[in-house]
Amino acid sequence: MTTPLITLEDVSVSYGAHRALQTVSGSFQAGTLTAIAGPNGAGKSTLLKVIAGLLRPSRGRLLLAPGVREHMGYLPQFSASQRDYPLSVMQAASTGLWPEIGNAGALNEPRRARVCLALAEVGLAGFEGRELSALSGGEFQRLLFARLLLQEPQVLLLDEPFSAIDAETTAKLIKLLLKWHAQGRTIICVLHDLLLIHKYFPDSFVLAGKCMGRGHTHDLFEQKLLSFDLDMAELHDPNDPNEEEVSHDVP
Amino acid sequence: MTFLDLFVSPFTDYAFMRRALAAAVILALGGTPLGVFMMLRRMTLVGDALSHAILPGVAIGFLVAGLSVWAMSLGGLIAAIIVALVAVFLVRTTQLKEDAAFTLLYLLSLGGGVTLLSMRSTGVNLLHLLFGNILAIDTQTLMLAAGVSIFSLYVLCLLYRRLVIDGFDPSFLAVTGGGRGAGWTSPLFFVLLMINLVAAFQALGTLMALGLMILPALAARFWVRNIDTILPLAMFLAIVSAYAGLLFSYYFDAPSGPAIVLVAGMGTLVSAFIGRVGSVRLYLRNGR
Repeated sequence: MTTPLITLEDVSVSYGAHRALQTVSGSFQAGTLTAIAGPNGAGKSTLLKVIAGLLRPSRGRLLLAPGVREHMGYLPQFSASQRDYPLSVMQAASTGLWPEIGNAGALNEPRRARVCLALAEVGLAGFEGRELSALSGGEFQRLLFARLLLQEPQVLLLDEPFSAIDAETTAKLIKLLLKWHAQGRTIICVLHDLLLIHKYFPDSFVLAGKCMGRGHTHDLFEQKLLSFDLDMAELHDPNDPNEEEVSHDVP
Repeated sequence: MTFLDLFVSPFTDYAFMRRALAAAVILALGGTPLGVFMMLRRMTLVGDALSHAILPGVAIGFLVAGLSVWAMSLGGLIAAIIVALVAVFLVRTTQLKEDAAFTLLYLLSLGGGVTLLSMRSTGVNLLHLLFGNILAIDTQTLMLAAGVSIFSLYVLCLLYRRLVIDGFDPSFLAVTGGGRGAGWTSPLFFVLLMINLVAAFQALGTLMALGLMILPALAARFWVRNIDTILPLAMFLAIVSAYAGLLFSYYFDAPSGPAIVLVAGMGTLVSAFIGRVGSVRLYLRNGR
């Protein structure tokens, strides 16, 4: 096996007295499509933020292969962006080019054409001149996907990308994800929808404060670590004698 | 009376009116773009608190060196930096939230500043520092304001894309810009804010230094939807407010700083009622 792109070594994160993540270890290989699953408060978003570099682990280490940090795209939870910010769709999408053009690089014709292409790919052709405040939730999420596309990331971190949008948009964006996966990009996606995980995500990482299991999604379903019958909130480690309560609300 | 007599002659006849207008225009050009970003970052109250927080520093500068622009400005800047750092420290280490921490510190600063000033000063000086004295702006103060204004606009150009991205989606800047000094965006913005407040307090006073920065920004938001148009419109409205406020103070013998802020405030309130974006008028028309 090749060296993984992302490795977690006994990562723990605490918010004040509350431990959101407890000695989580695991790795993500290049080109994999992985769902991070688990009950509410399992620390899924926290884990993603650690990988994105937004949170520093209070214990343990995050190891990234060379070049990964520079080619990382992160999509925060839906509520994290200001949807009434006074930008046009064109302007907002083109912020995806910022890492490339910096403070002073011109948004010239070829670059504008790239932005238009990205918007077309997510189904927002013709929306360039609209203001953000006029977009529906689904359209806004498509816009953020277009921005991700412009970053041309090798590693994509997505936090509940389908939680606030309609089924049609979800289907369209899933298709995009699968296309990016086919292009060899590494995708890590926090999801609570087991149906989506079962159907589309080859690998899973099951979290409940600590890592309960990881590997092929179908094996995890067979081991009942992922299950449609089981209430995910009851998820616990049968081998852990001093089991702790893990279902706190974590931001 | 002709149009010229009414609207232009106060400025052609009196040098102090010209100076006041020049000062107001300079402050508007440098400060209003910052006001727009303050509004978009939802930190107008933090800015307000910071503007009050410079008073004890100004007071100490005044006690040490008298009415010296440089001593009072330096004192004010140091006080603002200390208050901002203490606020950040309190928010990180205690259960105080940002608004509460800044409220605590600005009340403390106001109380301390006024106490310090009354120890060795007349009521007139105190009034000038609290409410400004734009009609008595001297050349040094004007030059200081011009320098601050040019510097702010320059730095703002360098920061512009980062500020937009940071306001729209802070995590994007943090993830993609980590190695490119993106972490400096907020601290630099705070520094710009502080030097603009210090430049403005002589004209508008520590209580209202923020007025010409933030009120036109709020007003502009009610008329246009895009940041490309909000910024110039806010600057234009700030200049119009300054001009109208000075005329108002000239004809009605009102204190000029408060008159400018009053005009800007009324303009904002009117915009909130009849503006084209998110106004009371639209609220009533859409029946929700």
